[in-house]
Amino acid sequence: MRNFIIKRLLLSVLILFCVTFIIYVLLRCLPASYVENMAMRLSTAPGSKPYEEWVAQLNAQYGLDLDIIPGYFVQLKNMLTGNFGDSWRFTVPVIQKFSEVIWISVIMGGIALILELLIAIPLGIMAATKQYSRADYAITAGALVGISLPTFFFATILKLIFAVKLKWFDVSGLMGRNYAQLDQLGKMLDMAHHLVLPIVTLTIVSVGSLMRYTRTNMLEVLNADYIRTARAKGLSEKKVIYHHAFRNTLIPLVTIVGGSLPGLFSGALITETLFSINGIGFTSYQAMTTGDIPFSMFYLSFMAILTLLGNLISDILYAVVDPRVRIA
Amino acid sequence: MSEEKKMNPQQEGGSQEQLSLNDDRRVKVLSPGALVAKRFFRNRLAVLGLIMLAVMFIFSFIGGLISPYGQDEQFYTYTYMAKEYVAVTRNDDLRYAVADGQEFGTAAQAQFLLAQMTGKTEFTYKDVSYTLTEEGEDFYSISSGDTLLAIAYKDIVNPADNDAEPSFAVKYAALKAYTNGESAFTADGQDYTLDEDGNILLNGEIQGYVSRFVVQSAVSGTEITRDFKEELEAAIDSDTAEFVYTGADGEEHTYEIVYDAAAKVWSVKQETLTYVYDSYARPSLAHPLGCDTNGMDMLTRLMYGGRVSLVIGFVVVFIEAAIGIVLGGIAGYFGKWVDNLIMRIVDVFYCVPSMPIIIIIGSAMDGMQVDPQIRMMYLMLILGFLGWPGFARMIRGQILSLREQEFMTATEACGISVPWRIFRHLIPNVIPQLIVLCTMGLGSTIITEATLSFLGLGVKFPFASWGNIISDVNNSYVMTTYWYVWIPAGICLLVAVLGFNFVGDGLRDAFDPKMKR
Repeated sequence: MRNFIIKRLLLSVLILFCVTFIIYVLLRCLPASYVENMAMRLSTAPGSKPYEEWVAQLNAQYGLDLDIIPGYFVQLKNMLTGNFGDSWRFTVPVIQKFSEVIWISVIMGGIALILELLIAIPLGIMAATKQYSRADYAITAGALVGISLPTFFFATILKLIFAVKLKWFDVSGLMGRNYAQLDQLGKMLDMAHHLVLPIVTLTIVSVGSLMRYTRTNMLEVLNADYIRTARAKGLSEKKVIYHHAFRNTLIPLVTIVGGSLPGLFSGALITETLFSINGIGFTSYQAMTTGDIPFSMFYLSFMAILTLLGNLISDILYAVVDPRVRIA
Repeated sequence: MSEEKKMNPQQEGGSQEQLSLNDDRRVKVLSPGALVAKRFFRNRLAVLGLIMLAVMFIFSFIGGLISPYGQDEQFYTYTYMAKEYVAVTRNDDLRYAVADGQEFGTAAQAQFLLAQMTGKTEFTYKDVSYTLTEEGEDFYSISSGDTLLAIAYKDIVNPADNDAEPSFAVKYAALKAYTNGESAFTADGQDYTLDEDGNILLNGEIQGYVSRFVVQSAVSGTEITRDFKEELEAAIDSDTAEFVYTGADGEEHTYEIVYDAAAKVWSVKQETLTYVYDSYARPSLAHPLGCDTNGMDMLTRLMYGGRVSLVIGFVVVFIEAAIGIVLGGIAGYFGKWVDNLIMRIVDVFYCVPSMPIIIIIGSAMDGMQVDPQIRMMYLMLILGFLGWPGFARMIRGQILSLREQEFMTATEACGISVPWRIFRHLIPNVIPQLIVLCTMGLGSTIITEATLSFLGLGVKFPFASWGNIISDVNNSYVMTTYWYVWIPAGICLLVAVLGFNFVGDGLRDAFDPKMKR
């Protein structure tokens, strides 16, 4: 087990190295007009250095004066020492901006994940136990509709109905108009109120795949020999399903949910952007569209790490939960 | 897959003739393909999905052909728009009129102003002494000795329509009478009368008028009649924001008066019939779904948008599948270090966050102002190039087990070349899973493309795509008022993607030999 984890970790480091290299090359190949624009702006300030000096200084500051490969190693060294530079778009250190915005995304994603689990697992199990019934058809169709719904369309419809027509919520933003006048509890409630629509969007859009996954795995387990044995033994159907079958369905479920935990930190780009919630998704969207290379570089590397971490966690969890894997 | 379902229709059908037990006609043999089709068509959701797809394909590919309009054909309409018509200012500066044959330059005017402000009645400039007399309210005459040099006034004497400027004497006399509230004056040997509205009459005919308002036409070539001015002044005096005036041509227009306090100007806007893009036209017979921002027929845009979205979906999935098949096939067949290497490449590509990368490239292309058509190609290539790891993984996994089977030993014994073995004998065995993956992939690719187009980073105007049609909702007024612009596009998108997912799901079940139904 330990050897397996060590091997996987080493491999992850290698993959991460390649991924960050690809990202770095990509960002370096973009038209570098941002540095030039900035130098142009800085050089017009009164009593400033000439344009060429600014360009040279900025290039040196961002490691853009080196060739791509040495430049990558300088960047890598900086990143390894925790120095991600200053965001061009937000003019604060990348890490500072990141720590400001990450929590709201995690809270949003976390609540959405809990809701998803609460909806998807019971419904998925129901669909599987009553395969080909009307309920099964409805749940399967519902899950597929959820998967097929484009986030932006669904969010806009929600906004139109609940924010514009019914006026229950604000159209966008995280804080109400009178946020500053509220006390601590009021502030929290205000934020929670503003988070309702985004969380509903996130939940509905991603609940489908989890529901289908539960159903497929439950079906697989229900077809297994030990379930037949359990039934043959004369156990009640309830006991067969919730005691014998469900526990075995949990194995793949725990694996996939564990694997999706790091994903909570990657934020919800589309949903946050549509509802103008200053989470990591919206922030990085702004950074990326304005060509903020330091922030983009950080965000993309961070996403890659999260993906790797997710795979690693699900592999390890699989071995932890399923004794059969451990022996093999 | 290879299971054969034997059926005995004769027994249920109540057959007359007796067949021997091993007669071929007794046994109905279904090919594996037919079995799959049978299982597929038994699945109601899958059939529904198939119908949805058929509808969407007919809608986008045939609909575009029968639609009477072009993709970017713009429609126009007449609408009433408030256009700047005239600007009115109240004259608050002293103006000067110099008597015939006299001189009163700007320097002297400045000296006069100084004297007038301080309340003096005399001033000297360049050894000439002037006398100023207040003849009426805001009306002065300047003379030197006994000769009248000039007058300074705020109320302006205007000639009647199209007439020549009144002479100095008439101006002087008229202003004198006007400011002193007299109703008659004599100038140049003629008797004029002055009515309440400030009109100067000679033998009952209007010669001109006195007014403090200056009316300037904002539209070139328009004559502003005295009649209109009077109406306008009355409206300004009574502080009404709107008035109706019937012009000389008998047309009635509504005018809107807006006072700009900073510039001290009343701008008068005329409601005129203007020829404009039929922007956000309501649904009508000619345009069943109305028009978009640019006055293009929405239904036609939806059809062409569907074409773009579906074609992009197909091309992207084709690229993904092609790369996936080649790399997955090679990795699965050779195993060992080749497999290891290719799978690590797959891992790397799997880790590259695709959505952010496409957003970055998209905004870079925005900056470089790439031609929309070329941009669409790039979009397909990038999406395809970032999306293949899933295919490669699946194919490699399947081939790993397939290559251990006897038929592969047979191909080896027959001396069939390696590429032939992979692509002719192994890959066809993966086709079922491949079809399922492709169908599901089509759905998700269409969503990705739509999302990018929605953000303005995918398909760009003038090309339509379901995503960029919906992106009109970024303007919240459109979102709330013109629902018919974006809801149909969203429904099309949902129907197409749902169709692919239903069919893909149905195919997965149908291809699975374990699913007995």
